[in-house]
Amino acid sequence: MPPAGNPHHLEITLTGEMTLPKLLLHTASVMGRERIALREKEFGIWRPITWGHYLENVKQIGLGFVALGLQPGEKVALIGDNRPEGLFSEMATLAVGGVVVWLFQDALIDEVQYIVDHSDAKFLIGEGQEEVDKGLTIRDQCPKLQRIIWDDRKGMRRYTDSMLISLDEVKRLGRELDAQQPELFNRLVAQGRAADICLLFYTSGTTAKPKGALLTHFNMLMMGQNMMRVDAYRQSDDFVSYLPFAWIGEQMMSISCGLQAGFVINFPEEPETAQENIREIAPHMLFAPPRIYEQMVRNIQVRYLDSPFLKRKAYELGMAIGYRVADRKLARQPLSLGWRLLRLAGELLLFRSLRDHLGLSRIRHAYSGGAALGPDHFRFFHAIGVNLKQIYGQTEIAGISVLHRDNDVKFDTVGKPIPETEVKITPEGEIISKSPSVFKGYYKNPEATAEALRMGSDDSGPWLYSSDTGFIDGDGHLVVFDRSADIMTLVNGSKFSPQYIESRLKFSPYLQDAWVLGDHRPYVTAVICMAYNVVGKWAESRNIAYTSYMELSQKPEVYQLVGQAISEVNRYLPEAARIRRFVNLYKAFDADDDELTRTRKLRRRFLEERYQDIVHSLYSRKDFVHIETTITYEDGRIANIKTSLRLEEVSG
Amino acid sequence: MPEQTVTQLKVDDLHLWFGGVAALTDLDLEVRKGEIFSLIGPNGAGKTSFLNCVSGLYKPQRGTITFHDQDISRLRAHHRARLGISRTFQKIELFKGMTVLDNIRLGRHLYMKTGLIDGALWVGPASREEIQHRNFIEEAIVDLLEIEHLRDQVVHMLPYGLQKRVELARALALEPKLLLLDEPMAGLNLEEVEDMARFIIDINEDPRWEVTCVLVEHDMGVVMDISDRVAVLNFGVKIAEGVPQEIVSDQAVIQAYLGEIEVYATRR
Repeated sequence: MPPAGNPHHLEITLTGEMTLPKLLLHTASVMGRERIALREKEFGIWRPITWGHYLENVKQIGLGFVALGLQPGEKVALIGDNRPEGLFSEMATLAVGGVVVWLFQDALIDEVQYIVDHSDAKFLIGEGQEEVDKGLTIRDQCPKLQRIIWDDRKGMRRYTDSMLISLDEVKRLGRELDAQQPELFNRLVAQGRAADICLLFYTSGTTAKPKGALLTHFNMLMMGQNMMRVDAYRQSDDFVSYLPFAWIGEQMMSISCGLQAGFVINFPEEPETAQENIREIAPHMLFAPPRIYEQMVRNIQVRYLDSPFLKRKAYELGMAIGYRVADRKLARQPLSLGWRLLRLAGELLLFRSLRDHLGLSRIRHAYSGGAALGPDHFRFFHAIGVNLKQIYGQTEIAGISVLHRDNDVKFDTVGKPIPETEVKITPEGEIISKSPSVFKGYYKNPEATAEALRMGSDDSGPWLYSSDTGFIDGDGHLVVFDRSADIMTLVNGSKFSPQYIESRLKFSPYLQDAWVLGDHRPYVTAVICMAYNVVGKWAESRNIAYTSYMELSQKPEVYQLVGQAISEVNRYLPEAARIRRFVNLYKAFDADDDELTRTRKLRRRFLEERYQDIVHSLYSRKDFVHIETTITYEDGRIANIKTSLRLEEVSG
Repeated sequence: MPEQTVTQLKVDDLHLWFGGVAALTDLDLEVRKGEIFSLIGPNGAGKTSFLNCVSGLYKPQRGTITFHDQDISRLRAHHRARLGISRTFQKIELFKGMTVLDNIRLGRHLYMKTGLIDGALWVGPASREEIQHRNFIEEAIVDLLEIEHLRDQVVHMLPYGLQKRVELARALALEPKLLLLDEPMAGLNLEEVEDMARFIIDINEDPRWEVTCVLVEHDMGVVMDISDRVAVLNFGVKIAEGVPQEIVSDQAVIQAYLGEIEVYATRR
């Protein structure tokens, strides 16, 4: 596919010389040192950081790393919330030729240890006490780790370990080195080549140990450029960086696109204030996994349930209009004058205030990626006038390769490939792609690399085998099936898609997660994790007393509530795919318990093993299943749980 | 931690009774500058009465209370606050209908020097003063206690554990030299207890604060972990005083109280 679409006015030619740090220098000089590059909310006020300040920090930290002995090609692991210091440290590592390894902020000790050790990281940069503690715990198992660096002073008074060093101290070392060798920084940046590895990115496998994908500067830059040939971003745009840097989607926006477009990156005050801070900034684009959009819908639905009669009616009327208009628009049918007027009324009465509440009042492009977003959620956003699009891609292709074009959006597809990207389906149905952004292989894992990268008939680079299955529809859109077997088969041969049913179930504000079963079994069943806050509030308003998630989940009234939500979904499902029995689980699924990936996808195989008693009982005549299990808390304490769970038939 | 020897609060021969009931009898205590001093004892031992005597809510019938070598026994509660004595309550005493920030700001009232007219006109000194107070509240309190996400929430909407934290925030707004904490852990879950203990240590050790703390608490795990010294009251009489290790092995304490320690320490 030829490069086409909206050529971006800052677009640069990506040569074999261009690297992310060189681009940082370039963009900073184009934008001017006084212009705002970043903002961080601190002490209740948004504080701007100029390009000059950004660059100065990168320089000092980078040279500080050199002073501490970092050599080109060596790895630096980073962990912590989204904050300017995280971005500075990443760019600083790249500037002096290092390779960045990001860890999820909430990664457990075992994961941190595995990745730090496997990646051969020399430094670990944490935010504060919590991350430092993790580092100190694992260092005996990670002999290659030499330094642990921190930047938040809080709680660090008593730490005197010689392995620790503050980021301020690193900067001081950097300034000293700069004074001795003023040319060093520019020389190190100039040494970089586009084909150098910049990121070693560990993917959160749904099945096995994380694999480290090697990405080059060229991979990242091409991805950003081709993405922005579809959707142009402007210097005047605002973006909020609050999803983990360890997720490729965030790298794609903050680094690949951010440096090329020069938009302002805003960092929230604390993770807890992110939603509030997004509303204050009102970003122009948002790229988030489905759970974020699901949460937004849930927030609105809960507010709706709490509203007085008149407001509820206004909402219902407005949404009815919104859905009709959205359906026509998505079917690419013209709108009559009458509907246009109704839409205007809906806009004035409802849609704009909903968008404002969600922080989407200025949104031009909203993307959902990482997993499939349910059709109900999708329609909701289009009904209130948000240009929500699906994105498809993987870490191994530097983020994304396929996305919806404006005014060419379909619920069940992920759109068309971005420029310079080819997507094909193998005879077995596997999605394979080829583009300048395809990664270089997995670190220290030639077997997995050979599996993922295979040469085609010509010599134009390897094809990336995704292990996703799918097909290309009549409009040229890619349709992706869920990774872990989207289509399941009942013993009688009828097929159903658990993921589709789950996403529809999750449209109910009362259900946080659903796990649908039935492969090679006689009928479809579901394990439900209720949304604790929402169901809790619902219970309080009905004077239903409870003390814990476990107790609330087993209340007969809650079973009735969940049963209704399931029947609602069942009505739209073919006979065979309807959920016959369900159980309310005594806890919510949690990534810390290995039940979900860090990006919140269900790990079905693990769940089947862990909850085999429950699964077995769902396919028996029993009304109760007795549970004895242990829960491990974050601080290592273990609690025993003994309880009985009710199993219920779905009525209707 | 360096040994602190400057006496900050001294209580001599303190007697307090209500009708025929003696709440405190012949109590002598010394709290040193910069320490965390805990007061423990069974229910009704007179711990809260002692805090009330120090903060000025109760008038003891006999005895003297000296704060920084100044006899404060006859001073009214707000005068003692002005000297730098601040407290939290066993049962939360916040202004429930106001926001978190407004509650904290009220704690700064003592330091507001500009008057009603300046405030209404919002010129020069009044706005400068308010900006200073704002900076103090944000940098020294909100950040320390991690309540950024609560600023504009109305207090009665918050869960109990967070309300306790807000009460601590208000007590800090007074920039106390001595902080009296009345059962700060009561009603908190394990995670909240750990947070609260960390905050108390921060307030005590952070160079910005270095506040002397008097802690009345039933959670023995916390008391033994964070206190520099502990005194034990029983029926208004001090029966022991010393570093935590001494208290745990003190026979009189075991007889009067330790049987109950197990009950109180169930969280551990």
